[in-house]
Amino acid sequence: MLGRTASSLFWMSRYQERAQNTARLLEVAYRSAMVPNSGQSERDEWRFALATAGVDYAYTEKVGDITARGVINYMIFDKDNPSSVRVCLETARNNARAVRTGITSELWEALNTTWIEFADVNPQSITQERLPDFLAWVSQRSHLFRGALLNTMLRDDGYYFSQLGNFVERADNTARVLNAQYWVLLPDNDVIGDGSMERSQWTGILRTLSGLRSYRFAYPDAKLKAFNIAEFLILRKEMPRSLAHCYDWIDDTAEDLQQFYNERKPSIDLAAALSKELHEAEMRDIYQSGLHDFLLDFIRKNNAFAHQLSLDYNFA
Amino acid sequence: MTEERSFFNEMLDDAGNPRSSYAKLAQWLEDKPPNFLKRKSREAETIFRRLGITFAVYGAEEATERLIPFDPIPRVISPGEWRRLSAGIDQRVRALNAFLHDIYHRQEIIRAGRIPADLILQNEAFLPEMVGHDPARKVYAHIIGTDLVRVSENEFYVLEDNTRTPSGVSYMMENRETMMRLFPELFQTHRVAPVDRYPELLRQTLESVSPNQAKSDQTVVLLTPGIYNSAYFEHAFLADSMGIELVEGRDLFVDNGKVFMRTTRDPKQVDVIYRRIDDAFLDPLTFNAGSMLGVPGLFDAYRAGNVTICNAPGTGIADDKAIYAYVPDIIEFYTGQKPILNNVPTWNCSNEDDLAYVLDNLEDIVVKEVHGSGGYGMLIGPTASKRQIADFRKVLMANPTNYIAQPTLALSACPTHVASGVAPRHVDLRPFVLIGDQVRITPGGLTRVALKRGSLVVNSSQGGGTKDTWVLED
Repeated sequence: MLGRTASSLFWMSRYQERAQNTARLLEVAYRSAMVPNSGQSERDEWRFALATAGVDYAYTEKVGDITARGVINYMIFDKDNPSSVRVCLETARNNARAVRTGITSELWEALNTTWIEFADVNPQSITQERLPDFLAWVSQRSHLFRGALLNTMLRDDGYYFSQLGNFVERADNTARVLNAQYWVLLPDNDVIGDGSMERSQWTGILRTLSGLRSYRFAYPDAKLKAFNIAEFLILRKEMPRSLAHCYDWIDDTAEDLQQFYNERKPSIDLAAALSKELHEAEMRDIYQSGLHDFLLDFIRKNNAFAHQLSLDYNFA
Repeated sequence: MTEERSFFNEMLDDAGNPRSSYAKLAQWLEDKPPNFLKRKSREAETIFRRLGITFAVYGAEEATERLIPFDPIPRVISPGEWRRLSAGIDQRVRALNAFLHDIYHRQEIIRAGRIPADLILQNEAFLPEMVGHDPARKVYAHIIGTDLVRVSENEFYVLEDNTRTPSGVSYMMENRETMMRLFPELFQTHRVAPVDRYPELLRQTLESVSPNQAKSDQTVVLLTPGIYNSAYFEHAFLADSMGIELVEGRDLFVDNGKVFMRTTRDPKQVDVIYRRIDDAFLDPLTFNAGSMLGVPGLFDAYRAGNVTICNAPGTGIADDKAIYAYVPDIIEFYTGQKPILNNVPTWNCSNEDDLAYVLDNLEDIVVKEVHGSGGYGMLIGPTASKRQIADFRKVLMANPTNYIAQPTLALSACPTHVASGVAPRHVDLRPFVLIGDQVRITPGGLTRVALKRGSLVVNSSQGGGTKDTWVLED
């Protein structure tokens, strides 16, 4: 397989995953902005969405004031925003197009149809009322992509690179969502101890990571607590967007890749080390040494793994 | 104005009765309810769009990927017609390859005074770097798309030979696939020669010209400029159906005179490159230094005989519009036979007498740029306005050596689905030829159709469409 093919499959999956993450981020901002609230102004909800995606400065430069209309447009349609749904879907498709020979027709049709339908949407038509339906559509198309990938791709190196891209992006997203509001996840911040102040932020974080319902099943008393939420999203392997889950998957896939090529590359060791670290970690220790530092350190290591992978397999 | 000109109708004879090869199709068309073709056309469009069968239009920023309109009514060619056509094409492609070998070696045709030396040696398409090089099996142009038009029952003309990197073969194949999905019943009543072996034959052809025939496992790649190229869909389609890697320049490198591709494992040596990029971009060290598409050192590896490039660099001289007029001589010179297929009479505007004639007759003739392609920069006198003709006259007089002219041919017409129902529209034909250990011509080819009433321009970049082309078997 060409190094460029491996790279395209990796990035195809990363961008498709990112499209879905951006959609969910917007959905939560939209929802929170509707709830009369919680100490934050409506603008803060939209600002939070921009900050989590890491595009708040770029937004201010290009668009200016934070308004619902401005953020929706920037996060969905803007060609200069590397996390906009448009850029993600187009980049995913361009990568797929570059490796048409390496993906199944089912997968290509899923991606291509998404892009064709998206390109037909008039940005003016996505009003606040239509936003939830539209974002749900983006999520569904991402699920279709992933379903087509899991159901039809041959389990060879191409499949492994696509999985690695998917979970590197997901892990990065989860860590950024947590880090963007890490202070509401600090247990000692909850002075009165009933979580009334943080409640809306907590549900926002869980919703952004599709974990509100599953949290209640994972913790039998079903009560929202900072400690449990952080543990759920960082260390609980059964949570499909937790850091531990992502690295479980990355580690297994890296092992498969090593067997496929019959050669152990440095990136495989990095994946194994990070996975082991998450396995052995305790939430108490993470708090002890600092949640914010832990998350920043994780984002760095996750990037370092992706970088090493590209060196080991000659990504062009 | 133009639709009144007389032309050959491929389906109906002068009395309005279907010709024998079209009899069943004509009956079938008659039996169908009014909206049937419209529905089928829409179905076809959905299939094409979903599969991503698109081409890029340069200069149109918003819709950079478009569908070529597909006409659901097939064009039918009888077994006898095809035998004659393919014999003519076979003769022509052999002669053109002999010509290429000659001008890059002893240049006998120049010594014999059959072609002026300047026309070759001063031609931009002639590559001095190729002189003395011996490509495998002495084949230069491995893949050729011969553009033909028909003007009467038995008269076909060759418009262009396309010996560089002809495209369109993926449409030939996808059109057939689509037709078989849309109208299975027609394939039961017609014995249509299949076209689906093309990728297999292409791969066989490419392997047959590998520099190292002893090797059991040839590495063949398709070199594309990338996803923004107008024919990218075709590049991916062909690589996929041949089971070879689709590479860009940056995927290849030259080491010690050999070409390798960068894989996720060790570099892999490449034996044959089916390139779909122009000569000028192949190798920045030898040709266009600014090329980002090519592979530094590729040409040296080629000259060293370590890799075969298909088509060979420098084949463009064989389909140069100034050389075109000499192709009948070329055929006679190398094969000793009369040409089976006609050439269109051509005036060379660099010649003063010819230019005078052309300027006097602009309303009746077609003027083309010598190096142009795709229907850009040309004048079709009979359909142009007075204003267009006047403007073109100035352009032509400013730089006459850049132009050739030909009489306007009355292109044949085939039944085509249009808004008002079924009507004749003008067509051309591009059969695809493979030249390696054998000459292989796929029965059929790409029929392009001018969808506008009376129009003679079939180029997809100018609003033309395509049709499936059926060669019937005996």
